[in-house]
Amino acid sequence: MSSSQTNLLQGTLDLLILKSLKTGELHGLGVSHRIEQITRGAFQVKPGSLFPALHRLEEAGWLSSFWGESENNRRARFYRLTKGGERQLGHEAEEWQKIAAAMSHALKAT
Amino acid sequence: MQFLSRLESLMRNLLRKHEVDADLEEELESYATMRADERVAGGISRSEARRSTLAELGGIEHIKQSVRDGRTGITFELLWQDVRFALRQLRRSPGFTITAVLTLTLAIGANAVVFGVLNALILRPLNVPQAESLFVVQHGSGVASHSYPDYLDLRQRNRSFDDVAVFVISQSGLDTGIDPSNVWEYETSGNYFDVLRIQPYLGRFFHASDEHGPNSAPYVVLSYAYWHTHFQDDRTVVGRVVRLNRHPFTILGVAPPGFQGTVLFFASDIFVPIVDHEQLSGDKMILNARGTRWMFEMVGRLRPGVTPAQANADLNSVDSYLKKSYPRDESNDPYTLARPGLHGDYLSGPTRAFLTGLMLLSGLILLAACANLGSLFAARAADRSRELALRLALGSSRNCILRQLFTESMLLSLAGGAAGLTASILLLRRLSVWQPFPRFPLHVPVSPDANVYLVALVLALVSGVLFAIVPVRQILRANPYEIVKAGSTGAFGRRFIVRDVLLVVQIAICAVVTSSMVAVRGLMRSMHSNFGFEPQNAMLVDTDLTTAGYSGERVPAMQRRMIDAIQAIPGVDSVGSVNYPPLEPPGSWQGTVYTDTTTDLSPSNAAADPYWFNVSPDYFRASGTSWLAGRAFTWHDDTNAPRVAVVNREFARKILGSVPDAVGRHFKLRDGTRVRVVGLVEDGKYVNLTEGQRPAMFFPLLQSPASWIWMVVRSSRDPQQLAAAMRSVLRNIDPAMVLAIRPWSTELGGTLFPSRMATVALGVLGIMGAMLSITGIFGMAAYSVSKRLRELGIRLALGAKRKEVLQAALGRAVKLLAIGSGIGLVLGLLATKVLAFIVYQATPRDPLVLVGVVLAMLLLGLVATWIPAQRALGVNPLILLREE
Repeated sequence: MSSSQTNLLQGTLDLLILKSLKTGELHGLGVSHRIEQITRGAFQVKPGSLFPALHRLEEAGWLSSFWGESENNRRARFYRLTKGGERQLGHEAEEWQKIAAAMSHALKAT
Repeated sequence: MQFLSRLESLMRNLLRKHEVDADLEEELESYATMRADERVAGGISRSEARRSTLAELGGIEHIKQSVRDGRTGITFELLWQDVRFALRQLRRSPGFTITAVLTLTLAIGANAVVFGVLNALILRPLNVPQAESLFVVQHGSGVASHSYPDYLDLRQRNRSFDDVAVFVISQSGLDTGIDPSNVWEYETSGNYFDVLRIQPYLGRFFHASDEHGPNSAPYVVLSYAYWHTHFQDDRTVVGRVVRLNRHPFTILGVAPPGFQGTVLFFASDIFVPIVDHEQLSGDKMILNARGTRWMFEMVGRLRPGVTPAQANADLNSVDSYLKKSYPRDESNDPYTLARPGLHGDYLSGPTRAFLTGLMLLSGLILLAACANLGSLFAARAADRSRELALRLALGSSRNCILRQLFTESMLLSLAGGAAGLTASILLLRRLSVWQPFPRFPLHVPVSPDANVYLVALVLALVSGVLFAIVPVRQILRANPYEIVKAGSTGAFGRRFIVRDVLLVVQIAICAVVTSSMVAVRGLMRSMHSNFGFEPQNAMLVDTDLTTAGYSGERVPAMQRRMIDAIQAIPGVDSVGSVNYPPLEPPGSWQGTVYTDTTTDLSPSNAAADPYWFNVSPDYFRASGTSWLAGRAFTWHDDTNAPRVAVVNREFARKILGSVPDAVGRHFKLRDGTRVRVVGLVEDGKYVNLTEGQRPAMFFPLLQSPASWIWMVVRSSRDPQQLAAAMRSVLRNIDPAMVLAIRPWSTELGGTLFPSRMATVALGVLGIMGAMLSITGIFGMAAYSVSKRLRELGIRLALGAKRKEVLQAALGRAVKLLAIGSGIGLVLGLLATKVLAFIVYQATPRDPLVLVGVVLAMLLLGLVATWIPAQRALGVNPLILLREE
């Protein structure tokens, strides 16, 4: 588990959180599981980075939050993407594609 | 969108902090519970699941802190934390806090006051539209510099000004039907208001088109203040006819509030066209006299695009034409331009120099205050060096500690600045309504404005930074491990030479000023000294029969009736009259006299220029002048009788050659008239209190008549009642009489003005000096005590006597105090010799003052070293040694 832990680039976490919420609202633990799932276990987000990031994104207006019931009937705080968040996701994804393409091209070069 | 969301978060984080925090707490708790749920589902026990979850979280508090650090508005929160911390620190040392705030209050307040005056008199443009194109046209450097015909020519012939206006200042009797009184007026050219481009508050102004030759424009415009106080804001005054020196004038309108003419110091009551000058003064000639330069000020509005230099050249070319046409009447002075407001360069030069000097001085005071507070701050930082070192060692950043230091200094300086500004606003308001001379509408219009607030704020911030800078190096260099290990050390020891010198200078200034307090004693004594008359229980009635329309033979008859009428009032002891009372500013009349034996009456042979008074028979009794020999005047000393005079002792000594035989001798006036001396009175003060013995002569009213006289009424009745009684009897004789009745002691206020001002200035300087010395010595003593606290503790533990400990702790401070006081005392003695010229009866070698200075300096030293000394003596060696 921890061996496959990769250091998250600054900004990557934001992108992953936004992406994980694309399909619907989740609570903090849900977000962390969802990220693990969509990165095939490559990224495990620890609460120490998750919560500051969630709150930061919410204050930026990209997420909104509300209190609801979890699948196990626990009271939990849920996050969902706002309109601005969706735009931001598109924007950041595009940026990332560019960087990734450039990086892989660079690494393939001899 | 994003901005709005940020703003919303900011508001929420700042205003509903507890709610937000509780929310976060609950969120993390729910996260932990759910995570534990998963583990339990994986087959572990509940308690084990909980434990491992918490381990995974790695400290809930830590996560909370990272969330908080990312929040919008974290800066505010940190600032607020710093402020609260600083407030706690300051509350813990009230002595320091009070000293610092008080020092800053005085220093910043002084700066704000001086700047307020500078701003109002020099920096702020005149309160008229487009003041920047308005200039004063000067001709030479006198008070008044143009004749009326010259003005008319300049106005017509110049090509640089849109228009030029002119005015003189004079006084008239204004009769509105009830209680006629004196008013100060601007007699202006008809275009005056149009040149200034101001609009009336009510009614209309007069214009150049209203002038059609002498006495053609019987119109008057009231100033707003006069309308407000004398017409009670009655809007129906426009069109009403009033009498000015008995001539009917129509009120045209009211000038706007805040406008009082183009001379800042002088608040005029009314404005009248100068073409009516003959009616106002009775002088038929002066408007046409080209050689008489009596126009008080000429103001012109420059044409757009014309520079002052071009205008100047233009004026001088007009001048050369005038010189050619009227060679006998024109002077050789060139024309110059100056800014309006302070009567051109006549007042603005000295005022500017004086205020700049004052500004510089108050800036230095602030700087010295900052230096002192800086050393106090350094002492505090040394006190807290262990605390600071611990915090550094525990991971607090130096930035964080410096931030707190600056927060503390900013709090102090802002508090001081706010208090100083408040005090200065109150003072400036008082100054604005202050009228030092009861008879003249002179005042200093210095209402504070936004500039003053801004300057006070900037000064507060700058001084906060300045005195916080002093201990910065000390903190940056501090090595936490050394300090924790060894206790605070004197690493910054004797490098205080500059500050020592500064301190000695401050103390010396304080001592100088304290010894200058002889001035206060002198002032008190001069209030009760012998003036050659007795101002107590005497009233002055200022009556000008010209303004009441009397002339020729009717004047003395009327004056006699008035004197008799007042004499008949019950409780009046005696009534006399004098042409101009002694010690009334600006000064008495003088006349040239010759000894009886002089035959060539050229000026170089004159014996003296004695003061000249025309008095009624009972004047000497009414004024309380002591009689030495001979007889007083009677009403029979008139034009049919031989010329007689009463002289003072100095006159007899200097001109008649003998005091005992003075009565019966003669002297000559400039026209050769022989005058017989019939009486001898004591010497007195005639123009100012510091003058030496001067000769004076008194002539009977009927032999040298004057239409403007002051009646002196001696009575022990209540001044208010007496004034009312006099008013009513005089009004019975002539209801249109213009009267100004004041107690003589009040009237003397103007004479005492210079010494009062000197005393006030000294007092203020003294307080500043004392304050600086106290904070300086306090700072130094506190610093040296806290630096050597451990040493003192060990000494006490080893059995040192209290005296020795005090000597070790405070010796340096006391030594500086002694040196400073010594220097100050010597300088003070020299300075008081100078002061003795300004302030009557201020002798430098006044024993009371010497004792006072020594006592004051002792007290100062005691106050400033009290707290540090207590601390030095109160050291508990056991606790101290255990702590270290």
